[in-house]
Amino acid sequence: MASKAKKAPFDAVKTLEHIEQQFEMVQILNEQGEVVNEDLMPDLSDDQLQELMRRMVYTRILDQRSISLNRQGRLGFYAPTAGQEASQIASHFALEQADWILPGYRDVPQLIWHGLPLTQAFLFSRGHFKGNQAAKDLNVLSPQIIIGAQYIQTAGVALGLKKRGKEAVAVTYTGDGGSSQGDFYEGINFAGAFKAPAIFFVQNNQFAISTPREKQTAATTIAQKAVAAGIPGILVDGMDPLAVYVATSDARKRAIAGEGPTLIETLCFRYGPHTMAGDDPTRYRSSEMETEWEKKDPLVRFRKFLEAKGLWSEEKENEVIEQAKEDIKQAIKEADATPKQKVTDLMEIMYEEMPYNLKEQYEIFKEKESK
Amino acid sequence: MAQMTMIQAITDALRTELRNDENVLVFGEDVGVNGGVFRATEGLQKEFGEDRVFDTPLAESGIGGLAVGLGLEGFRPVPEIQFFGFVFEVIDSVNAQLARMRYRSGGVYNAPVTIRSPFGGGVHTPELHADSLELLVTSQPGLKVVIPSTPYDAKGLLIAAIRDNDPVVFLEHMKLYRSFRQEVPEEEYTIELGKADVKREGTDLTIVTYGAMVHESLKAAEELEKEGHSVEVIDLRTIQPLDIETIIASVEKTNRAIVVQEAQKQAGIAANVVAEIMDRAVLSLEAPVLRVAAPDTVFPFSQAETVWLPNYTDVIETAKKVLNF
Ligand SMILES: Cc1ncc(C[n+]2csc(CCOP(=O)(O)OP(=O)(O)O)c2C)c(N)n1
Repeated sequence: MASKAKKAPFDAVKTLEHIEQQFEMVQILNEQGEVVNEDLMPDLSDDQLQELMRRMVYTRILDQRSISLNRQGRLGFYAPTAGQEASQIASHFALEQADWILPGYRDVPQLIWHGLPLTQAFLFSRGHFKGNQAAKDLNVLSPQIIIGAQYIQTAGVALGLKKRGKEAVAVTYTGDGGSSQGDFYEGINFAGAFKAPAIFFVQNNQFAISTPREKQTAATTIAQKAVAAGIPGILVDGMDPLAVYVATSDARKRAIAGEGPTLIETLCFRYGPHTMAGDDPTRYRSSEMETEWEKKDPLVRFRKFLEAKGLWSEEKENEVIEQAKEDIKQAIKEADATPKQKVTDLMEIMYEEMPYNLKEQYEIFKEKESK
Repeated sequence: MAQMTMIQAITDALRTELRNDENVLVFGEDVGVNGGVFRATEGLQKEFGEDRVFDTPLAESGIGGLAVGLGLEGFRPVPEIQFFGFVFEVIDSVNAQLARMRYRSGGVYNAPVTIRSPFGGGVHTPELHADSLELLVTSQPGLKVVIPSTPYDAKGLLIAAIRDNDPVVFLEHMKLYRSFRQEVPEEEYTIELGKADVKREGTDLTIVTYGAMVHESLKAAEELEKEGHSVEVIDLRTIQPLDIETIIASVEKTNRAIVVQEAQKQAGIAANVVAEIMDRAVLSLEAPVLRVAAPDTVFPFSQAETVWLPNYTDVIETAKKVLNF
């Protein structure tokens, strides 16, 4: 029979409140582009600030063009990125070339700014293996399709960097949905246990396909999941490029100094559908919600901030737009000119040396492909 | 009777069983409001409520473990794995837990779970969405594995799977979801698991196949007919356990056989069928039993998949080798 204790062994409500209080959202720029947290202002030159804006605008154009190219049947798999520029581009802006990036399927912009040619990004979208052939010193993997797999691999790359004594970090991204996957917990836990120089990003864009964040976890923030792994976690306004930049460079500094990994949750939104393969956001998102998040647009707020400082103008923006369009046109042309992938190409890269079965099948397909 | 696509037949089967038995639960990623990424669960949450049809957090191992636990509580879970390429994330729950439930409890507990999942090539999906990974589950004793090739079969087999007390992996070929319609009775009916279907009768050659390759094989049989060959096409429908009786009876009649699968040659469903024929009917054979399969590479990125996938001309070519042996 259950006996009634005089006192509850702990205060459940208070415990939860105590956790939540530790994860207040870090913001530097508000929706009007005004600085609300001067103490956190990063030490970026005017040139760097403009470059950050340039990259975000370029990425927005790339997103718009990719969507329309997809609709014309000129691209294949594509996961829209508009709304996530501050999370993706400003976090990448705090990295060095020596740093590793292990991206999810939506994280193509970071690869591009790390040095992956646009043509290859398009070939990846078209399902051509050359799109995945990143140069070996680029320190990137191709976008991961299996959600969460990149998280635990990141712990491995980071441990490798540490063992080699390299001054670099391993950085990975997933969505709020990805933070439910077992690999997520294993990744942050392993990296914590090994004090590996890793940065784990969760781009909380509110939905995993149609599933809202509230159905993903009972935790109020995803950043607080870091607590269980014994590593620091931080919640950042993911529509605020300066806040994302500061959080990333701080995490990087500590990782390099041997202080271990950080989990960064960026609160953001994706304006488009989940992917271009038939997802219909009106099934699960209200137009009020979309309007609400449009007001937080990272481009608008950073533009206002820079304009107030006399660092940005319509003319500058148009230059970037024209440049992006030109580059995209050129890259599509190159992608079109790339010979179609053959099954025999695939056979050649399957093993270092072909076993008997593939050798036989290679001859059959060579014959087929010559017709 | 209604004209239904395979996806509609599947929704219909789910609705039928949700109505029939309050222990049936449908869950997975995006199966609720969204009705599934292919709309297989369209409207079910509205009709049966969030208690019976619900979205889970994004974790396949979680979905599998949840199904094991709900099964122990007497429910009949019908979880969806959004694409079968993600089965690696849940293989422990399927192969090491569900499949062994009767063994581990000395027959005390059942694992009445039906795992539904789309798979199959030819629709230009990203990596690991299209792979034919059925070998992973057919090689595990304790599981039944079903792959329908028509809307009619899909409904009858899925209802039977949900009513079965053993764990069933029910694989749905994406290319067949909406490729054609068929008369499907509105009332409930079942198709016995483990029973193959002779989709076409013939006397000169037996083609044993399943899934999307049933249609390539039927097309090949038609072409071969024009050249005077009478070809029998057997749709396995359940690939574990095999319907040995139907296969052997056919081979004993035709004396020649080929096995056609979409999976790579080294993925051994076809190899298993060949071995069973050798064990049981070698003296009836007039020619070796050959296989048509995909090459032994990973499923290629979308640009090369059409060439990579076996098709009816490959079936004709192999059939002729056996017919002319
Ligand atoms: C292991 C695995 N399970 C399921 C999927 C199918 N899937 C692709 S994206 C997605 C939702 C991901 O949501 P989130 O992690 O929040 O990232 P977002 O798309 O919002 O950027 C799902 C379920 C997959 N690719 N891999």
